[in-house]
Amino acid sequence: MASALINVPAKAKRGDIIEIKTLMSHIMETGYRHTASGEVVPRNIITSFTCRFNGTEIFRADLFPAIAANPFFTFFTTATESGKFEFEWTGDRGFSETASASITVE
Amino acid sequence: MRFYGAIVVALLIANAAFAAEIPQAERRSGHSFMKPDTRAMQDEETANPGMLWVLDGETLWKRKLGAANKACADCHGDARTSMKGVAARYPAYDKATGRPIDLEQRVNSCRSNHQQATPLPYESRELLALTAFVARQSQGTAIETGDDPELAPFIAKGRELYMQRQGQLNLACANCHDDNWDKKLAGSAITQGHPTGYPLYRLEWQSLGSLQRRLRACITGIRAQAYDYGAPELVELELYLMSRARGMPMEAPGVRP
Repeated sequence: MASALINVPAKAKRGDIIEIKTLMSHIMETGYRHTASGEVVPRNIITSFTCRFNGTEIFRADLFPAIAANPFFTFFTTATESGKFEFEWTGDRGFSETASASITVE
Repeated sequence: MRFYGAIVVALLIANAAFAAEIPQAERRSGHSFMKPDTRAMQDEETANPGMLWVLDGETLWKRKLGAANKACADCHGDARTSMKGVAARYPAYDKATGRPIDLEQRVNSCRSNHQQATPLPYESRELLALTAFVARQSQGTAIETGDDPELAPFIAKGRELYMQRQGQLNLACANCHDDNWDKKLAGSAITQGHPTGYPLYRLEWQSLGSLQRRLRACITGIRAQAYDYGAPELVELELYLMSRARGMPMEAPGVRP
């Protein structure tokens, strides 16, 4: 089970600065912890987050083991035209999740 | 000097003897002890990590499983109406066992009896997701736990445990959460211990956790032996705490530091 929560305003005026918020469910296991018997718990983190708007990349972040579980990203962009934001999270063990949200710009 | 010493001793004894319960009007949710940014994280649905479990719970609610091949929704329908206010009444009296059961145990009893599926362990992702989803439907509802007269002896037992000094630190729950909730412990607010937001997301846990997880952590903190998950003592303590918080609004899934 992996779920994402996305907060993108449904409508905005052209030129408005809008805030985008995303929350992705992930344990973000650092790879630095050991079990009681001394074995290393293998690293399992999200390594990359990208946001594309109408196909063009507008935001990217690399993630590292120090980032907490269920990473929350918030960033700003300028509303230029109506379209679709596409979000993608990729990580260890073939982790790959996507989500999208549309905006109407008037 | 001896005179003042005697006064201090007398005051300490008076304090111990009259350790008062928190007046109704002064009751505060743990939410109000938090910094504004942590409060904002809980209050905004798309920033509250607990909502990830609520989403998962909504999926599980509709999933058919067990030998009976039934989903929760097949009996209970739309949780938005059928589960509204339910979590605000738990732990509740269970006629079959003659004891109070908490929401986790209710979900598992439904699984064994009606879905004929295996019960879920406490703190498993699925059980947390289901209880978070059910508890979310009571958001803003006033807590009503303890209405049933059958519960009275169990509330009394829970209260006894709450007042009982235990562990190497020889502390009762009441010593912190009734007597010193306006103070700090190692820089953290002590809070009044009203379980209004469970299951809740603790930033320290980096996960959602049940009230029993919280209670076990507190019991370990006073250097006492924690009861096992599902132990009657823990359910009675949950019951007392919820009945003590009667009338306060539900806020699950909460966020705490």
